[in-house]
Amino acid sequence: MKKRTMETSLAGHSPGLVRSIERRLFLKQGLSLGALALLSGCDPTDDEGVQSLLKGMSRWNDRAQGWLFNPNKLAPEYPESAITKPFPFNAFYSEEEVTLVDGKDYKLELEGLIREKKPWTLPELYGLPQTSQITRHICVEGWSAIGKWSGVRFSDFLARVGADTSAKYIGFTCADDYYTSIDMATALHPQTLLTFRFADQVLPPKYGFPMKLRIPTKLGFKNPKHIMSMFVSNEFPGGYWEDQGYNWFSGS
Amino acid sequence: MEAAQAQWVKVHPLVVRVTHWINAFGILIMVASGWRIYNASPLFAFRIPNELTLGGWLAGALQWHFAAMWLIVINGIVYLTYGIVSGHFRRKLFPLTPGAVFRDMLRALRGQLAHEDLSVYNAAQRAAYLAIILCAIVLVLSGLAIWKPVQLQEITAIFGGYESTRVVHFLAMALLVLIVVVHVAMVILVPRTFPTMITGRARRTS
Repeated sequence: MKKRTMETSLAGHSPGLVRSIERRLFLKQGLSLGALALLSGCDPTDDEGVQSLLKGMSRWNDRAQGWLFNPNKLAPEYPESAITKPFPFNAFYSEEEVTLVDGKDYKLELEGLIREKKPWTLPELYGLPQTSQITRHICVEGWSAIGKWSGVRFSDFLARVGADTSAKYIGFTCADDYYTSIDMATALHPQTLLTFRFADQVLPPKYGFPMKLRIPTKLGFKNPKHIMSMFVSNEFPGGYWEDQGYNWFSGS
Repeated sequence: MEAAQAQWVKVHPLVVRVTHWINAFGILIMVASGWRIYNASPLFAFRIPNELTLGGWLAGALQWHFAAMWLIVINGIVYLTYGIVSGHFRRKLFPLTPGAVFRDMLRALRGQLAHEDLSVYNAAQRAAYLAIILCAIVLVLSGLAIWKPVQLQEITAIFGGYESTRVVHFLAMALLVLIVVVHVAMVILVPRTFPTMITGRARRTS
């Protein structure tokens, strides 16, 4: 609301002047933050100007992480003895509320910039060449746990269905109403796996039956579970946590 | 006129003053948002009271932390480059011997440290300022190692892996906060050092 009033009152002036005044207000807001936080005890994070500054920095950090991402750099792999037991359950709901997907009727839907959009059944997916990895899952909260996942290399799957790998994003929608999206470079990373097994067992519901996209180069919340459909797009798809303020790229 | 001017001595160069205050602002944001991030998954059996933290919740705190990160790193590079190239560090922080540090710390505790010439740091100050610089370097490196344990895994490995890097990052923060608390307490005890950090000048007391 404040911003609108300012724009109206400055309407008659040159755009250059308006910009310079806006810039000054922006700087002033920035400088008074520390003092505000300490003295008033109120969190400056709620301020509209601060919000747009922080979101802008988060977009900048997306780009910086994109540049820093080396498609050939592999996440460390661990021996079986390093696996965390029990592996923690984590979602935006409690373990009792885990979504149960019926494997018999299940079909993975493909949308967007993909040549062959024929849905995939589980037996078809299980029939693809499989590989395993033991890697560290790092949560945005800070904790980490080592687990073993098995499945098909995602870049192989994308090649098989004729995905346009020059597109920017791949988005995922999940049976538990979760959704997220990743950059194409990460999707094509050799350790990014579409997994169907955890600890040499069929992926149990709590870890994302029927499938979880395992990305050891990203934080845990970027690894969608219970995937129902995926789409290739050039339009930024966002995500469940990302839309609430978590950094979109969230690379490790 | 000349006599009046002669009473003022230059204490802190402009670059040091500007980077000092940018750093103070940046560290405040990093520590307060870092405490909120700590609370999301505490390493130890305590939490930081939310009133002392910044960000409102984990996502907000992370936004602050990874925004202010650029501020303190760029500011730190300017400060370190200036300190090394101009000879500021060599002149102001050295020579430094453990004996002198111990002696000046005892004097400080007894309130016997004189501060006639604010442009010369005593050994306790030298040790404290060097320790802050080292803490900051460890904080930045361990922070990068936590942020990018795959892309920068060589740094993470130096600290003994992801989980121990978190502990190092926390302990370096704790040491830095401790030194800052002592630093601010000393400024309160010798208040004329405060305007000097803004104007760069001090009145000669002799």
